[in-house]
Amino acid sequence: MTGIDGFMYPNEVELQWSVLIVLYPFLTGLVAGAFILASLERVFQVQAVKPTYRLALLTALSFLLVSPLPLQLHLGHPERSYEMYLTPHRTSAMAMFGFVYLWYLMAVLVLEIWLDYRREIVLLSQSTVGWKRAIYRVLTLGSTNISERALAIDEKAGWLITVIGIPSAFLLHGYVGFIFGSVKANPWWSTPLMPVVFIFSAMVSGIALVMLLYMLMMWARRQTIDMECLDTVARYLFYIFLIDFSLEMLDLIHRIYEADDSFRSLDFMVHTKLYFSHIVVQIALGTIAPITLLALTQVIKISAVLRKRTYVAAGCLTLLGIFAMRWNVVIGGQLFSKSFLGYTTYKMGLVTREGLLMAIVLTVLPFAILWVLVKVLPPWPARESDSLPSVTMAH
Amino acid sequence: MNITRRHLLLLLPAAGVAWKYILAGTPEAAPNYRLSDHWWGMLIDLPKCIGCGNCVRACQAENDIPDGYFRTWVERYHVSDYDIENPQVDSPDGGKRGFPPVKNAEGKNFFVPKLCNHCAESPCTQVCPVGATFVSPDGVVLVDKEYCLGCRYCVQACPYGCRFINPKTNTAEKCTLCYHRITKGLTTACCESCPTGARQLADLKDPADPIHEFLKTHSVHVLKPSMATHAKVFYNELDGAVR
Repeated sequence: MTGIDGFMYPNEVELQWSVLIVLYPFLTGLVAGAFILASLERVFQVQAVKPTYRLALLTALSFLLVSPLPLQLHLGHPERSYEMYLTPHRTSAMAMFGFVYLWYLMAVLVLEIWLDYRREIVLLSQSTVGWKRAIYRVLTLGSTNISERALAIDEKAGWLITVIGIPSAFLLHGYVGFIFGSVKANPWWSTPLMPVVFIFSAMVSGIALVMLLYMLMMWARRQTIDMECLDTVARYLFYIFLIDFSLEMLDLIHRIYEADDSFRSLDFMVHTKLYFSHIVVQIALGTIAPITLLALTQVIKISAVLRKRTYVAAGCLTLLGIFAMRWNVVIGGQLFSKSFLGYTTYKMGLVTREGLLMAIVLTVLPFAILWVLVKVLPPWPARESDSLPSVTMAH
Repeated sequence: MNITRRHLLLLLPAAGVAWKYILAGTPEAAPNYRLSDHWWGMLIDLPKCIGCGNCVRACQAENDIPDGYFRTWVERYHVSDYDIENPQVDSPDGGKRGFPPVKNAEGKNFFVPKLCNHCAESPCTQVCPVGATFVSPDGVVLVDKEYCLGCRYCVQACPYGCRFINPKTNTAEKCTLCYHRITKGLTTACCESCPTGARQLADLKDPADPIHEFLKTHSVHVLKPSMATHAKVFYNELDGAVR
């Protein structure tokens, strides 16, 4: 049979989880990572990253809204997915998805964004006209009290939600790692390190994305980039990337040293079918290259312009590397036979329900949502010329 | 139209006949079958398997399995004297049409029929997000087609490669141990069609079932015992090279 080397169990020839299931951990990882970056300012008082705070929250929301779509599109019976809410199977890791997702969306992200923007929403509901006014009025949810006391309560509540949000972000993505890490039938996935690696790689990708978006938006608005902010974000990216890389290497060294019954098969796969995506893209281009670039900015004194360019290159390579990591986990885990005697090939469709075109649409969609969110809820302070009117409705 | 008593007397039997046809779509009842009296498994007597593929064909006909998918299949192992840990295995079209002659006379060759192991601790039922797949009280792992989401997590979780997604229903599918037959006192299609008796349905709760004597007197193993799934498909004289 074409695409088959050696022996596969007959039902293994067809891959079950496609590029959409690669996208799912990639998108949720960006959510968790962006939120952790936001929490740096809110909870850990890293004031330097304040300019990215709101952008990080809106980025997290945009990607969170899209993250269940790949799962939904992949189901054989999407119309039955609500059953996961009605009759969740308690022993299934996947059954918790709906609850973890809703918790994170409604109890953490939406609430935190609303509290943080409440003052602006109320003021905009007074200063705008027409349909904009209607939108902002709805967004106030009838809560128009923006007295100092009310805002102080918002601030405290927002802090508390962020504190709850940090373990929630870990839960969201650690849980995604657990979905793979707990499959004992699959030695490529089955490791207790999987959720931890997923969490750290999520932070890396989310921070890289917000860093890139911050630079892009500042450039688009012809504003000066706050270099202290950018350097701090890049520094955190560098540190967390080092931890992530160390964990992945620990997993790799452990596998090589133990060399259990699956090793021969997996090792062969990494050197053949996964060589390009794993060794070249994930490890060389997507990990060692950006870590080296970020390390250079830490040890060598270079100009701001060059630093910015380095950060852009490192950020793009990081996202490429983390996407490759998700690819290698999801697709790589299905290329070898559970008999350890053969390999199959993934043939991606182009315009099918789970094909390349759909994957591209789902990757672009969060950016479109973010564009709308940024228009409705600008993440940066208002300019002098269009500053908000003073408080008029303090109760 | 006024319905008189006479009309009613004529209509009622007609309605009864119509109702019978409506009920014809529901599964046939098995009134004497008690779930708690059975604990099903299967014995595969490997030295008896001749790789004819009858079981695969019978299963596909009985259960309307699409081409290219298998509830059961037969593998042929070739184990070289010089490399017993790395056997060569083939299963052309699941062994449905038998096997071509062996090219390599060195080493040993044997057939291994495979099917769902109906694990008592099955990883596939553990991961199902809605409980659409379950272990029945009489020990058979089943899938509710009306309830399955088609998420494919169970296919990933099965260590034996026994599950697939049926392209007609878009739901998970696997061997049911011919549940529609065994609950009526019949054996499975594969067991019935096996010309050498290599496959035998076993009821572990039936003290008179020959499986008990067989397990006492033979060297019997399950596949991949390290997976700790409490598999209930027992292989007589299972070679260590079998995966």
